[in-house]
Amino acid sequence: MIPGSFAYHRPTSVKEAIGLLANLGEEARPLAGGHSLIPMMKLRLATPEHLVDLAGIPDLKGIRPDGDAIVIGAMTTQHEIVGSDLLTEKIPILREASLLVADPQVRYIGTLGGNVANGDPGNDMPAVMMCLGANYQVVGNSGERSIPARDFYLGVYLTALEPGEILANIRIPVPAAGHGFAYEKLKRKIGDYATAAAAVVLTMSGGTVAACSIGLTNVADTPLWAEEAAKILIGSTLDAATVKNAVAAAEAITSPASDGRGPAHYRTKMAGVMLARALASAKARAR
Amino acid sequence: MAKSQVLMTVNGKPAEGLVEPRTLLIHFLREQLNLTGPHIGCDTSHCGACTVDLDGKSVKSCTMFAVQANGADIRTIEGMAAADGTLHVLQEAFREMHGLQCGFCTPGMIMRAYRLLEENKNPSEEEIRFGISGNLCRCTGYQNIVRAIQYAAAKMNGVPFQEAAE
Repeated sequence: MIPGSFAYHRPTSVKEAIGLLANLGEEARPLAGGHSLIPMMKLRLATPEHLVDLAGIPDLKGIRPDGDAIVIGAMTTQHEIVGSDLLTEKIPILREASLLVADPQVRYIGTLGGNVANGDPGNDMPAVMMCLGANYQVVGNSGERSIPARDFYLGVYLTALEPGEILANIRIPVPAAGHGFAYEKLKRKIGDYATAAAAVVLTMSGGTVAACSIGLTNVADTPLWAEEAAKILIGSTLDAATVKNAVAAAEAITSPASDGRGPAHYRTKMAGVMLARALASAKARAR
Repeated sequence: MAKSQVLMTVNGKPAEGLVEPRTLLIHFLREQLNLTGPHIGCDTSHCGACTVDLDGKSVKSCTMFAVQANGADIRTIEGMAAADGTLHVLQEAFREMHGLQCGFCTPGMIMRAYRLLEENKNPSEEEIRFGISGNLCRCTGYQNIVRAIQYAAAKMNGVPFQEAAE
Protein backbone atom coordinates (compact mmCIF):
# COMPACT_ATOMS: atom_id res chain seq x y z
CA MET A 1 0.00 0.00 0.00
CA ILE A 2 1.45 3.33 -1.05
CA PRO A 3 0.15 6.64 0.23
CA GLY A 4 -0.83 9.50 -2.04
CA SER A 5 1.78 12.11 -2.93
CA PHE A 6 2.61 14.86 -0.51
CA ALA A 7 5.34 17.40 0.16
CA TYR A 8 7.47 16.86 3.27
CA HIS A 9 8.51 19.65 5.60
CA ARG A 10 10.79 19.32 8.59
CA PRO A 11 10.80 22.49 10.70
CA THR A 12 13.28 22.87 13.55
CA SER A 13 11.23 25.15 15.79
CA VAL A 14 7.63 25.41 16.97
CA LYS A 15 7.42 28.87 15.40
CA GLU A 16 8.51 27.54 12.04
CA ALA A 17 6.04 24.65 12.30
CA ILE A 18 2.99 26.81 13.01
CA GLY A 19 4.11 29.25 10.29
CA LEU A 20 4.21 26.36 7.81
CA LEU A 21 0.80 25.07 8.89
CA ALA A 22 -0.70 28.57 8.58
CA ASN A 23 0.76 29.12 5.12
CA LEU A 24 -0.02 25.68 3.75
CA GLY A 25 -3.61 25.74 5.02
CA GLU A 26 -6.11 22.91 5.28
CA GLU A 27 -4.23 20.39 3.17
CA ALA A 28 -1.31 20.33 5.61
CA ARG A 29 -1.12 18.03 8.61
CA PRO A 30 1.40 17.80 11.41
CA LEU A 31 3.21 14.46 11.64
CA ALA A 32 4.20 13.14 15.06
CA GLY A 33 5.15 9.44 15.31
CA GLY A 34 2.88 8.71 12.36
CA HIS A 35 1.63 5.40 13.71
CA SER A 36 -1.99 6.46 13.31
CA LEU A 37 -1.60 8.82 10.35
CA ILE A 38 0.68 6.74 8.11
CA PRO A 39 -1.58 3.64 8.18
CA MET A 40 -4.51 5.94 7.31
CA MET A 41 -2.50 7.45 4.46
CA LYS A 42 -1.60 3.99 3.17
CA LEU A 43 -5.32 3.17 3.07
CA ARG A 44 -5.91 6.59 1.42
CA LEU A 45 -8.32 7.43 4.22
CA ALA A 46 -6.08 10.45 4.76
CA THR A 47 -4.55 12.27 1.78
CA PRO A 48 -2.76 15.35 3.08
CA GLU A 49 -0.85 17.35 0.48
CA HIS A 50 1.74 18.47 3.00
CA LEU A 51 3.19 16.79 6.06
CA VAL A 52 4.88 18.95 8.65
CA ASP A 53 7.14 16.56 10.58
CA LEU A 54 7.54 17.69 14.19
CA ALA A 55 10.40 15.25 14.92
CA GLY A 56 13.12 17.85 14.44
CA ILE A 57 11.84 20.25 17.13
CA PRO A 58 13.75 19.79 20.40
CA ASP A 59 11.25 21.94 22.35
CA LEU A 60 8.55 19.31 21.87
CA LYS A 61 10.56 16.58 23.60
CA GLY A 62 11.24 15.75 27.21
CA ILE A 63 9.71 15.14 30.62
CA ARG A 64 10.29 17.74 33.35
CA PRO A 65 8.88 18.63 36.76
CA ASP A 66 7.22 22.04 36.98
CA GLY A 67 6.02 22.94 40.47
CA ASP A 68 3.23 20.58 41.48
CA ALA A 69 2.95 19.23 37.94
CA ILE A 70 4.96 17.31 35.37
CA VAL A 71 5.19 18.63 31.83
CA ILE A 72 5.62 16.13 29.01
CA GLY A 73 6.58 17.32 25.52
CA ALA A 74 4.09 16.22 22.88
CA MET A 75 6.76 14.35 20.89
CA THR A 76 7.76 12.21 23.85
CA THR A 77 7.34 8.57 22.85
CA GLN A 78 5.47 5.88 24.74
CA HIS A 79 8.81 4.10 25.12
CA GLU A 80 10.26 7.18 26.84
CA ILE A 81 7.27 7.32 29.19
CA VAL A 82 7.75 3.65 30.10
CA GLY A 83 11.43 4.31 30.79
CA SER A 84 10.98 7.51 32.82
CA ASP A 85 11.94 7.13 36.48
CA LEU A 86 10.28 10.45 37.31
CA LEU A 87 6.92 9.39 35.87
CA THR A 88 7.16 5.89 37.34
CA GLU A 89 7.60 7.45 40.75
CA LYS A 90 5.16 10.36 40.54
CA ILE A 91 2.44 9.34 38.04
CA PRO A 92 2.78 5.57 37.68
CA ILE A 93 -0.53 5.12 35.86
CA LEU A 94 1.19 6.56 32.76
CA ARG A 95 3.68 3.70 32.61
CA GLU A 96 0.94 1.16 33.23
CA ALA A 97 -1.20 2.57 30.42
CA SER A 98 1.73 3.08 28.02
CA LEU A 99 2.67 -0.57 28.29
CA LEU A 100 -0.83 -1.45 27.09
CA VAL A 101 -0.55 0.76 23.97
CA ALA A 102 0.05 -1.29 20.81
CA ASP A 103 3.36 -3.21 20.82
CA PRO A 104 7.05 -2.53 21.50
CA GLN A 105 7.88 -1.26 18.00
CA VAL A 106 4.94 1.13 17.98
CA ARG A 107 5.85 2.40 21.46
CA TYR A 108 9.37 3.31 20.28
CA ILE A 109 7.91 5.71 17.70
CA GLY A 110 4.35 6.51 18.78
CA THR A 111 4.11 9.73 20.77
CA LEU A 112 2.00 10.87 23.69
CA GLY A 113 1.02 13.99 21.74
CA GLY A 114 -0.13 12.01 18.74
CA ASN A 115 -2.07 9.63 20.95
CA VAL A 116 -4.00 12.38 22.75
CA ALA A 117 -4.39 14.93 19.93
CA ASN A 118 -5.55 12.58 17.18
CA GLY A 119 -9.05 12.32 18.60
CA ASP A 120 -9.34 8.58 18.08
CA PRO A 121 -11.64 7.24 20.83
CA GLY A 122 -9.70 3.96 20.68
CA ASN A 123 -6.52 5.57 21.93
CA ASP A 124 -5.69 4.88 25.56
CA MET A 125 -4.02 8.06 26.77
CA PRO A 126 -6.97 10.48 26.40
CA ALA A 127 -9.03 8.79 29.15
CA VAL A 128 -5.93 8.64 31.36
CA MET A 129 -5.40 12.37 30.82
CA MET A 130 -9.04 13.11 31.66
CA CYS A 131 -8.69 10.98 34.77
CA LEU A 132 -5.55 12.89 35.81
CA GLY A 133 -7.00 16.34 35.03
CA ALA A 134 -4.24 17.12 32.53
CA ASN A 135 -4.07 20.32 30.49
CA TYR A 136 -3.01 20.46 26.87
CA GLN A 137 -0.80 23.41 25.96
CA VAL A 138 -1.47 24.24 22.30
CA VAL A 139 0.24 26.76 20.05
CA GLY A 140 -1.01 28.42 16.90
CA ASN A 141 -0.41 31.52 14.85
CA SER A 142 -2.66 33.51 17.17
CA GLY A 143 -0.77 32.45 20.29
CA GLU A 144 -0.77 29.88 23.02
CA ARG A 145 -3.66 28.47 25.04
CA SER A 146 -4.30 25.74 27.54
CA ILE A 147 -7.18 23.31 27.07
CA PRO A 148 -8.26 20.91 29.83
CA ALA A 149 -8.23 17.31 28.59
CA ARG A 150 -11.77 17.04 29.97
CA ASP A 151 -12.94 19.70 27.46
CA PHE A 152 -10.80 18.63 24.52
CA TYR A 153 -12.71 15.74 22.96
CA LEU A 154 -15.76 16.67 20.87
CA GLY A 155 -16.36 13.61 18.68
CA VAL A 156 -14.67 10.91 16.63
CA TYR A 157 -11.45 12.54 15.35
CA LEU A 158 -12.93 15.86 16.42
CA THR A 159 -11.14 17.88 19.08
CA ALA A 160 -10.88 21.44 20.36
CA LEU A 161 -7.67 21.85 18.37
CA GLU A 162 -8.15 24.58 15.74
CA PRO A 163 -6.69 24.21 12.25
CA GLY A 164 -3.08 25.35 12.32
CA GLU A 165 -2.66 24.66 16.01
CA ILE A 166 -0.31 22.03 17.35
CA LEU A 167 -0.11 20.42 20.75
CA ALA A 168 3.18 21.51 22.35
CA ASN A 169 3.05 19.77 25.71
CA ILE A 170 0.86 18.15 28.30
CA ARG A 171 0.83 19.41 31.87
CA ILE A 172 -0.26 16.85 34.43
CA PRO A 173 -0.83 17.71 38.10
CA VAL A 174 1.03 15.17 40.23
CA PRO A 175 -1.53 13.11 42.17
CA ALA A 176 -1.23 13.07 45.96
CA ALA A 177 1.60 10.98 47.40
CA GLY A 178 0.36 7.50 48.26
CA HIS A 179 -2.49 7.60 45.74
CA GLY A 180 -3.81 4.39 44.26
CA PHE A 181 -4.06 3.96 40.53
CA ALA A 182 -4.88 1.46 37.80
CA TYR A 183 -5.49 1.26 34.08
CA GLU A 184 -7.44 -1.87 33.25
CA LYS A 185 -7.82 -2.66 29.56
CA LEU A 186 -9.71 -5.50 27.94
CA LYS A 187 -8.43 -6.25 24.46
CA ARG A 188 -8.62 -9.19 22.12
CA LYS A 189 -4.89 -9.29 21.48
CA ILE A 190 -1.70 -7.24 21.66
CA GLY A 191 -1.98 -4.26 19.36
CA ASP A 192 -5.77 -4.07 19.50
CA TYR A 193 -7.77 -1.13 20.69
CA ALA A 194 -9.66 -1.62 23.92
CA THR A 195 -12.96 -3.45 23.94
CA ALA A 196 -13.30 -1.25 27.01
CA ALA A 197 -10.83 0.21 29.48
CA ALA A 198 -10.94 2.19 32.72
CA ALA A 199 -8.45 4.53 34.37
CA VAL A 200 -8.70 5.17 38.10
CA VAL A 201 -6.74 7.47 40.40
CA LEU A 202 -7.88 7.64 44.03
CA THR A 203 -6.69 8.70 47.46
CA MET A 204 -7.67 6.80 50.59
CA SER A 205 -7.83 8.42 53.99
CA GLY A 206 -8.57 6.39 57.12
CA GLY A 207 -10.12 3.59 55.09
CA THR A 208 -12.44 5.79 53.03
CA VAL A 209 -12.06 7.35 49.59
CA ALA A 210 -10.94 10.97 49.93
CA ALA A 211 -10.60 11.71 46.21
CA CYS A 212 -11.36 9.73 43.08
CA SER A 213 -11.25 10.28 39.34
CA ILE A 214 -12.27 7.88 36.57
CA GLY A 215 -11.69 7.83 32.81
CA LEU A 216 -13.15 5.37 30.29
CA THR A 217 -11.65 4.38 26.91
CA ASN A 218 -13.38 3.38 23.67
CA VAL A 219 -16.94 3.09 24.90
CA ALA A 220 -18.31 6.25 23.23
CA ASP A 221 -17.43 8.63 20.38
CA THR A 222 -15.03 10.32 22.81
CA PRO A 223 -13.09 9.22 25.85
CA LEU A 224 -15.22 9.73 28.96
CA TRP A 225 -14.65 11.31 32.34
CA ALA A 226 -17.00 9.47 34.69
CA GLU A 227 -17.57 12.32 37.14
CA GLU A 228 -20.78 11.00 38.67
CA ALA A 229 -19.36 7.52 39.28
CA ALA A 230 -16.37 9.01 41.09
CA LYS A 231 -18.61 11.21 43.24
CA ILE A 232 -20.57 8.18 44.38
CA LEU A 233 -17.35 6.57 45.62
CA ILE A 234 -16.00 9.51 47.59
CA GLY A 235 -16.53 8.98 51.32
CA SER A 236 -17.12 5.25 50.89
CA THR A 237 -14.91 2.34 51.90
CA LEU A 238 -15.28 0.97 48.37
CA ASP A 239 -17.76 -1.52 49.77
CA ALA A 240 -19.48 -3.81 47.27
CA ALA A 241 -22.80 -1.94 47.23
CA THR A 242 -21.23 1.46 46.58
CA VAL A 243 -18.92 0.07 43.89
CA LYS A 244 -21.97 -1.47 42.23
CA ASN A 245 -23.71 1.91 42.19
CA ALA A 246 -20.62 3.62 40.78
CA VAL A 247 -20.22 0.96 38.10
CA ALA A 248 -23.86 1.45 37.13
CA ALA A 249 -23.32 5.23 36.91
CA ALA A 250 -20.25 4.71 34.71
CA GLU A 251 -22.04 2.22 32.46
CA ALA A 252 -24.90 4.70 32.08
CA ILE A 253 -22.73 7.29 30.31
CA THR A 254 -21.28 4.85 27.75
CA SER A 255 -22.58 4.51 24.20
CA PRO A 256 -20.18 2.15 22.45
CA ALA A 257 -20.52 0.95 18.88
CA SER A 258 -21.26 -2.67 18.12
CA ASP A 259 -18.23 -3.91 16.19
CA GLY A 260 -15.74 -6.75 15.99
CA ARG A 261 -14.99 -6.23 19.67
CA GLY A 262 -18.53 -7.14 20.59
CA PRO A 263 -22.08 -5.82 20.71
CA ALA A 264 -22.68 -2.48 22.40
CA HIS A 265 -24.31 -3.90 25.56
CA TYR A 266 -21.36 -6.27 26.06
CA ARG A 267 -18.85 -3.44 25.73
CA THR A 268 -20.82 -1.34 28.21
CA LYS A 269 -20.75 -4.22 30.69
CA MET A 270 -17.02 -4.68 30.09
CA ALA A 271 -16.47 -1.00 30.87
CA GLY A 272 -18.12 -1.70 34.21
CA VAL A 273 -16.00 -4.80 34.80
CA MET A 274 -12.81 -2.89 33.95
CA LEU A 275 -13.84 -0.12 36.33
CA ALA A 276 -14.53 -2.55 39.18
CA ARG A 277 -11.15 -4.21 38.65
CA ALA A 278 -9.36 -0.87 38.41
CA LEU A 279 -10.99 0.29 41.65
CA ALA A 280 -9.93 -2.87 43.48
CA SER A 281 -6.38 -2.58 42.16
CA ALA A 282 -6.17 1.14 42.96
CA LYS A 283 -7.45 0.52 46.50
CA ALA A 284 -4.84 -2.21 47.03
CA ARG A 285 -2.06 0.11 45.87
CA ALA A 286 -3.17 3.17 47.86
CA ARG A 287 -1.22 3.94 51.01
CA MET B 1 6.26 15.34 -6.46
CA ALA B 2 9.85 16.52 -6.11
CA LYS B 3 12.24 13.89 -4.86
CA SER B 4 14.48 14.40 -1.86
CA GLN B 5 17.98 13.17 -1.28
CA VAL B 6 18.28 10.94 1.77
CA LEU B 7 21.51 9.81 3.37
CA MET B 8 21.64 7.22 6.11
CA THR B 9 24.00 4.65 7.53
CA VAL B 10 22.78 1.15 6.75
CA ASN B 11 24.62 -1.84 8.19
CA GLY B 12 27.61 0.35 8.91
CA LYS B 13 27.92 1.83 5.44
CA PRO B 14 26.64 5.10 4.02
CA ALA B 15 23.56 4.65 1.82
CA GLU B 16 21.93 7.37 -0.18
CA GLY B 17 19.16 7.71 -2.68
CA LEU B 18 16.51 9.92 -4.18
CA VAL B 19 13.05 9.24 -2.82
CA GLU B 20 9.58 10.63 -3.10
CA PRO B 21 8.38 11.80 0.32
CA ARG B 22 5.75 9.03 0.21
CA THR B 23 8.35 6.28 -0.24
CA LEU B 24 8.14 4.02 2.79
CA LEU B 25 11.38 3.01 4.46
CA ILE B 26 10.71 -0.68 3.71
CA HIS B 27 10.43 0.10 -0.01
CA PHE B 28 13.61 2.17 0.05
CA LEU B 29 15.48 -0.67 1.78
CA ARG B 30 14.15 -3.42 -0.44
CA GLU B 31 13.90 -1.74 -3.82
CA GLN B 32 16.64 0.89 -3.83
CA LEU B 33 19.20 -0.68 -1.53
CA ASN B 34 18.31 -4.26 -2.54
CA LEU B 35 18.10 -5.30 1.11
CA THR B 36 15.29 -7.82 0.86
CA GLY B 37 15.81 -9.27 4.32
CA PRO B 38 13.22 -6.99 5.93
CA HIS B 39 9.91 -8.43 4.70
CA ILE B 40 6.57 -6.92 3.88
CA GLY B 41 4.04 -9.03 5.73
CA CYS B 42 0.80 -7.39 6.75
CA ASP B 43 1.76 -3.91 5.50
CA THR B 44 -0.42 -2.49 8.30
CA SER B 45 2.12 -2.27 11.18
CA HIS B 46 0.83 -5.35 12.96
CA CYS B 47 3.08 -8.26 12.03
CA GLY B 48 6.62 -6.95 12.57
CA ALA B 49 8.16 -8.77 9.57
CA CYS B 50 9.56 -5.42 8.39
CA THR B 51 11.27 -4.66 11.72
CA VAL B 52 14.68 -3.01 11.48
CA ASP B 53 16.87 -1.40 14.10
CA LEU B 54 16.97 2.39 13.75
CA ASP B 55 18.99 4.61 16.10
CA GLY B 56 18.68 2.06 18.89
CA LYS B 57 14.96 1.41 18.42
CA SER B 58 13.03 -1.45 16.86
CA VAL B 59 11.00 0.10 14.09
CA LYS B 60 8.34 -1.19 11.71
CA SER B 61 9.79 0.06 8.44
CA CYS B 62 6.41 -0.21 6.68
CA THR B 63 5.12 2.58 8.92
CA MET B 64 7.84 5.14 8.40
CA PHE B 65 8.73 7.25 5.40
CA ALA B 66 12.31 7.06 4.15
CA VAL B 67 12.56 10.86 4.54
CA GLN B 68 11.86 10.45 8.26
CA ALA B 69 14.87 8.15 8.48
CA ASN B 70 17.19 10.66 6.83
CA GLY B 71 20.41 10.72 8.85
CA ALA B 72 19.52 7.59 10.81
CA ASP B 73 21.74 4.64 11.65
CA ILE B 74 19.91 1.49 10.50
CA ARG B 75 20.68 -2.18 10.89
CA THR B 76 18.87 -4.91 8.99
CA ILE B 77 19.22 -8.70 9.11
CA GLU B 78 21.84 -8.38 6.35
CA GLY B 79 24.05 -6.52 8.82
CA MET B 80 24.01 -9.20 11.51
CA ALA B 81 26.52 -11.81 10.29
CA ALA B 82 30.22 -10.93 10.33
CA ALA B 83 32.00 -10.08 7.07
CA ASP B 84 33.49 -13.58 6.94
CA GLY B 85 30.04 -15.12 7.15
CA THR B 86 30.14 -16.04 10.83
CA LEU B 87 26.57 -15.90 12.05
CA HIS B 88 25.49 -13.47 14.75
CA VAL B 89 24.74 -15.31 17.96
CA LEU B 90 21.01 -14.72 17.44
CA GLN B 91 21.16 -16.22 13.94
CA GLU B 92 23.06 -19.19 15.31
CA ALA B 93 20.51 -19.49 18.12
CA PHE B 94 17.55 -19.53 15.74
CA ARG B 95 19.28 -22.28 13.73
CA GLU B 96 20.28 -24.33 16.76
CA MET B 97 16.93 -24.11 18.50
CA HIS B 98 14.79 -24.49 15.35
CA GLY B 99 13.45 -20.97 15.87
CA LEU B 100 11.98 -20.88 12.38
CA GLN B 101 9.73 -22.95 10.20
CA CYS B 102 8.86 -21.05 7.00
CA GLY B 103 11.30 -18.28 7.94
CA PHE B 104 9.18 -15.35 6.80
CA CYS B 105 9.02 -13.69 10.22
CA THR B 106 12.65 -14.50 11.08
CA PRO B 107 14.41 -11.28 9.95
CA GLY B 108 11.94 -9.20 11.95
CA MET B 109 12.08 -11.56 14.92
CA ILE B 110 15.88 -11.47 15.03
CA MET B 111 16.08 -7.69 14.69
CA ARG B 112 13.53 -7.26 17.47
CA ALA B 113 15.29 -9.83 19.66
CA TYR B 114 18.57 -8.00 19.03
CA ARG B 115 17.24 -4.75 20.52
CA LEU B 116 15.45 -6.60 23.32
CA LEU B 117 18.74 -8.21 24.41
CA GLU B 118 20.59 -4.90 24.07
CA GLU B 119 18.13 -3.42 26.59
CA ASN B 120 17.75 -6.45 28.83
CA LYS B 121 20.70 -8.84 28.97
CA ASN B 122 18.88 -11.55 30.86
CA PRO B 123 15.16 -11.43 30.14
CA SER B 124 12.71 -13.85 31.71
CA GLU B 125 10.51 -15.94 29.43
CA GLU B 126 7.65 -13.56 30.16
CA GLU B 127 9.76 -10.55 29.27
CA ILE B 128 10.80 -12.21 26.00
CA ARG B 129 7.19 -12.96 25.09
CA PHE B 130 6.12 -9.40 25.91
CA GLY B 131 9.18 -8.03 24.11
CA ILE B 132 8.38 -9.82 20.85
CA SER B 133 4.64 -9.24 21.07
CA GLY B 134 4.82 -6.94 18.03
CA ASN B 135 6.10 -9.78 15.84
CA LEU B 136 3.78 -12.45 14.54
CA CYS B 137 4.84 -15.96 13.49
CA ARG B 138 2.03 -17.52 11.48
CA CYS B 139 3.65 -20.94 11.74
CA THR B 140 3.02 -20.24 15.44
CA GLY B 141 6.52 -21.43 16.26
CA TYR B 142 6.79 -19.22 19.30
CA GLN B 143 8.08 -21.88 21.69
CA ASN B 144 11.29 -22.32 19.76
CA ILE B 145 11.62 -18.62 19.00
CA VAL B 146 11.54 -17.90 22.73
CA ARG B 147 13.99 -20.74 23.32
CA ALA B 148 16.32 -19.34 20.65
CA ILE B 149 16.32 -15.93 22.31
CA GLN B 150 17.04 -17.57 25.68
CA TYR B 151 19.89 -19.51 24.04
CA ALA B 152 21.33 -16.31 22.53
CA ALA B 153 21.03 -14.45 25.84
CA ALA B 154 22.87 -17.24 27.67
CA LYS B 155 25.59 -17.33 25.04
CA MET B 156 26.00 -13.54 25.11
CA ASN B 157 26.26 -13.67 28.89
CA GLY B 158 28.82 -16.47 28.70
CA VAL B 159 26.71 -18.91 30.68
CA PRO B 160 25.53 -22.38 29.63
CA PHE B 161 22.03 -22.50 28.13
CA GLN B 162 19.64 -24.36 30.38
CA GLU B 163 16.26 -25.49 29.16
CA ALA B 164 13.48 -24.60 31.54
CA ALA B 165 11.91 -27.66 33.10
CA GLU B 166 8.75 -28.70 31.23
